[in-house]
Amino acid sequence: MTGQAILVAAVQVGVVVALAPVLAGVTRQTRARLEGRAGAGVWQPWRDLRKLVAKAPVRATGSGWLLRVAPVVLLSSSLLVAALLPLVGAVSLPLVPDDLFVVVSVLLVGTVAVALLGLDAGTAFGGMGSSRHMTIAALVEPTVLVAVYALSIPVGSSALSLIVQARLDSSAVIASPVSLLAVLALGIVVLAETGRLPVDNPSTHLELTMVHEAMLLEASARDLAWLELGSWVRLAALLGLVGNLVAPWGIDTRVSAAGLLLGVAALAGKLVVLGGLLGAAEVFLAKLRLFRVPELLAGSFVLAFLAVTASYLVG
Amino acid sequence: MSLLRLVALIRRTGTVAEPAPPAPDPLPAARPLGGSVQLRHVDAGSCNGCEIEVAAAFGPVYDAERYGARLVASPRHADAVLVTGAVTRNMAEPLRRTVEATPTPRLVLAVGDCARGCGAFAAGYGVVGGVADVVPVDLDVPGCPPEPQVIVEALRRVTGR
Amino acid sequence: MTAVQVGLLSQVVLAAVAVAVALVVPAATRAVVAGVSCAAVSVAGAVTGALAMAGQAGSIRLPVALPVDPVAFAPDRLGGLFMLLASVVGVAVAVYGIGYVSGPSASRSSWAALAVFLVGLQLVAAAADVVSFLLAWELMAVGSTVLLLADHARRAEVTAATVWYAALTQLSFALLLAGFAVLTAASGGTGFDTIGSLRPHSAAASVGFVLLLLGFGTKAGLVPLHVWLPRAHPEAPSHVSAAMSAAMVSIGLYGVLLVCVRLLPGGPAWWGVLLAVLGAASALYGILQASVASDLKRLLAYSTTENVGLVVLALGTSVLLRASGATDVADAALTASLLLVVSHAAFKATLFLGAGAVLHATGERDLDRLGGLGTRMPWTGAAFGVASLGAAALPGTAGFVAEWTLLQALIHGARLGDPMVAVVMPLAVGVVALTTGLALLTFVKAYGIAFLARPRSTEADAAHEAGRTMTWPMLAGAAVVVALGLVPGPVAAALATTVGAAGIEPVGLGGIRLTGLNALLDPLALAVLAAAVALPVLVSVARAARRHPARATDLAWGCGGARVSPRMQYTATSYAEPLLRVFDDALQPTRDVEVTHATESRYLVQRVEYRQRLSDVVEVRLYRPVIGWADRVGVQARRLQNGSVHRYLGYSFGALLAVLLVVSL
Repeated sequence: MTGQAILVAAVQVGVVVALAPVLAGVTRQTRARLEGRAGAGVWQPWRDLRKLVAKAPVRATGSGWLLRVAPVVLLSSSLLVAALLPLVGAVSLPLVPDDLFVVVSVLLVGTVAVALLGLDAGTAFGGMGSSRHMTIAALVEPTVLVAVYALSIPVGSSALSLIVQARLDSSAVIASPVSLLAVLALGIVVLAETGRLPVDNPSTHLELTMVHEAMLLEASARDLAWLELGSWVRLAALLGLVGNLVAPWGIDTRVSAAGLLLGVAALAGKLVVLGGLLGAAEVFLAKLRLFRVPELLAGSFVLAFLAVTASYLVG
Repeated sequence: MSLLRLVALIRRTGTVAEPAPPAPDPLPAARPLGGSVQLRHVDAGSCNGCEIEVAAAFGPVYDAERYGARLVASPRHADAVLVTGAVTRNMAEPLRRTVEATPTPRLVLAVGDCARGCGAFAAGYGVVGGVADVVPVDLDVPGCPPEPQVIVEALRRVTGR
Repeated sequence: MTAVQVGLLSQVVLAAVAVAVALVVPAATRAVVAGVSCAAVSVAGAVTGALAMAGQAGSIRLPVALPVDPVAFAPDRLGGLFMLLASVVGVAVAVYGIGYVSGPSASRSSWAALAVFLVGLQLVAAAADVVSFLLAWELMAVGSTVLLLADHARRAEVTAATVWYAALTQLSFALLLAGFAVLTAASGGTGFDTIGSLRPHSAAASVGFVLLLLGFGTKAGLVPLHVWLPRAHPEAPSHVSAAMSAAMVSIGLYGVLLVCVRLLPGGPAWWGVLLAVLGAASALYGILQASVASDLKRLLAYSTTENVGLVVLALGTSVLLRASGATDVADAALTASLLLVVSHAAFKATLFLGAGAVLHATGERDLDRLGGLGTRMPWTGAAFGVASLGAAALPGTAGFVAEWTLLQALIHGARLGDPMVAVVMPLAVGVVALTTGLALLTFVKAYGIAFLARPRSTEADAAHEAGRTMTWPMLAGAAVVVALGLVPGPVAAALATTVGAAGIEPVGLGGIRLTGLNALLDPLALAVLAAAVALPVLVSVARAARRHPARATDLAWGCGGARVSPRMQYTATSYAEPLLRVFDDALQPTRDVEVTHATESRYLVQRVEYRQRLSDVVEVRLYRPVIGWADRVGVQARRLQNGSVHRYLGYSFGALLAVLLVVSL
């Protein structure tokens, strides 16, 4: 059992690392096509990463150890999330259950690492990005935990593999209003946590509108590569989770070679579909003004809260 | 614009990118970059003619991004510095700093006649000279202003695609 | 004689010795000798507390010159826990004080007061009846007030802070006296065991509960009784702030626990709701104020209110759930409240000691003038950083384990059909979540602005690392934060036994299992997994670093500009600006922007001055009117005394007449 769980976790980490840049590529490619462009192809993020790792980083003498450490922390935290979540297989490790509270706090480790990185350089833009990033992270938190709460009510546990398993067993749960509200709230959270539109514009070049990007302005070469890969893995893992909550089919529940292959294929399919949807949605969305973001997040909190109260009224 | 009208517009427009012409010879110095070039654009004192053409090169019709070139917000992220305009006295030091801030291996592209040191403003009292007088240049793009397809071709020599 | 008796006696004797030593030893060696004596008092307290927590019994009775029974001290398991907690903090504070004190805070009276304060904290937790409890409580209050006053001659704010502190301390004492009086009258005895036999659903119990909750809440810093915290903590010497925040506030919480667990267990559901509401309000208000504070110690003081709020929220949920019959979840919530207390003591003591080291090195506690201290004070920076992670409840620290336990209890509480529970729990989850999020921002700001980036003032630039007696206590505190965060299982199980909570067991590599809730957390196993996924990353970092070594440049990227003034950096104030705008209504800041135009043209700006003031809304809206009213009454009352002998004779005559009339009736 333990061996199988470790195998599943290792497969998940490998698959997510391989797929995360492709997911970013799919999102950009979809956007490019909808804008009438030809696009750089879905493998472009992989080319970017390969090149960044082979460059010599430039570090200002004033910047401390954080520029070296924070990218590694972000990437490791994202990989840990990929290992914990039920993406390819719904089997949890024996002493480390895929408890959503733990997953959320591991994500926060990456968030904090990047926020400190933004402050470390001592530049105006870094501090600005860090401040905005943490404000959004703080306001997202209630929605995350209340949405987790709503999802955990039907199974009486915050362990994700149990939640996904329950959805696989009775698909009626998925279409229930409680679940729809909670997943919708979680979807908004994923957009905010991963710095996508309408909360943050990942392709902006204008420093004053940046949130996530502004903190990375000082990172170069491999430091930047880990930061980019870390955010992509985070996006892929969270989208994979949303995918498995909406459509749990294909996930492996009793570890076997065929089941794992099917699980990997299902995950890849879900990620491509969600990445395409995300890219398409971003064509239709404009970035919200920073001070309108709290309204969006308050709205998503209400959705999550309704999901919890509805679960007592409906079920 | 309503959602449906935007959908209709997207369907009607389709792909506007022109078909890619055959690839030019790649620049040997750009080989380690492997088909991915991030550019930091520096306007060293341009009349903004070159800027318009650079913007057009990255627009949907010429779509330089399809060959792996992308404009970025910080020289720390960049592989190449794209310089336009004659280098004015006030921009000489920032240009030097920008190139210095770019991680190696790095390239400098001088786009437009002014950047090559021979344009309309070459003898101006506030002008230091061409880009090559301030930092070493790897590739020149002639023209006043250069046409987008010339810029794209130069970028393709750097990305090698 | 039992070990606990020996321990208690030695605490009292050592405290007397420490006071004597502090008064006698000359200034040159006073700090070392008095610091060691205070540490000895605390070590004795820690041993006694640990023994009592392990279940050993023992009591001492000390005769006093009052017409009451001799005071009795007999710590139970819960009291032992808090005695241990206060004493461990006491050891750190006493050792730190050796290197830290200077000027007025190194005086005879300050060291003597520290000894009195420390032993007072320990004895409160050991008291076995009402009278001894209140005596020890006053010992603690007097000691802390004298310590707070240390620097009053040089700074006027100290006097103002002490007046606030003393007034609220006395209010707290009066409320406790009234509450205990009600309970004593109803139960017929002053012993805690006698009071424990009272029916919690009686009216007297409810009156006593509310009075005691307010009394202890004042000491613990619950909103709206928290106003002394943001005044006293910044003005006190830092080691005293650490003791006040980590130990004295915890003792206030011990009082609340004493009432809910030992004196009046099994209270009605509305007690739980009252506690939860007070706790939620404190947590949110505290962390909001902390997140926008720029004074490092004020920030920490407000964060204390936040943590106290979380503890009381956990306790309230526990009372509510017990009243609705969910014993296993109630036990988990109760254990969560103890874990929160312990983790708060660990990280807050470290943070205050760290703030003290910063103040010692730079003379600044304004974050807007700090920066770059991480390279100048590496040990302080490391300890402060780890404690900040703990305060932000990130995994691998004590704070995370405590909040995880609380959240598990909250999400399992609503399984029951009780509608009250079904409304309280999701709201509580929301409050805890927002609090955690804002705490994250607060401590990223506190650490990032003070220790990262470039120094924002010459004082910060010239900072130097503190001496060993100061760094060791901080590093020990940080080590405790990490140890509790990685191996919480045995600690949680031990904490659970002090309140008789069942269903909390250690599991795996020192993890916690909440058996009733089917939840498990093993931070060490999580750390192993994290190390396993980080290994390939580290290997590729090492390989890339060998092939492509980094190049250093002199400047951070500033758009090609050469102006590298540290004033271009974000400050603590600007960091919190977006949040301040979002919570504008709740915080009500006042802003002045003054623009000076150039003489040549009014379209050119010469200078912009921006001033922002943040005051405590509760203080302005609740306390100021009351103080104003009291002032006016005082002015009126002064007319009664105009110095005229005739009028005083008239008063005496009137009083005599009144007495005669009453007697004759």
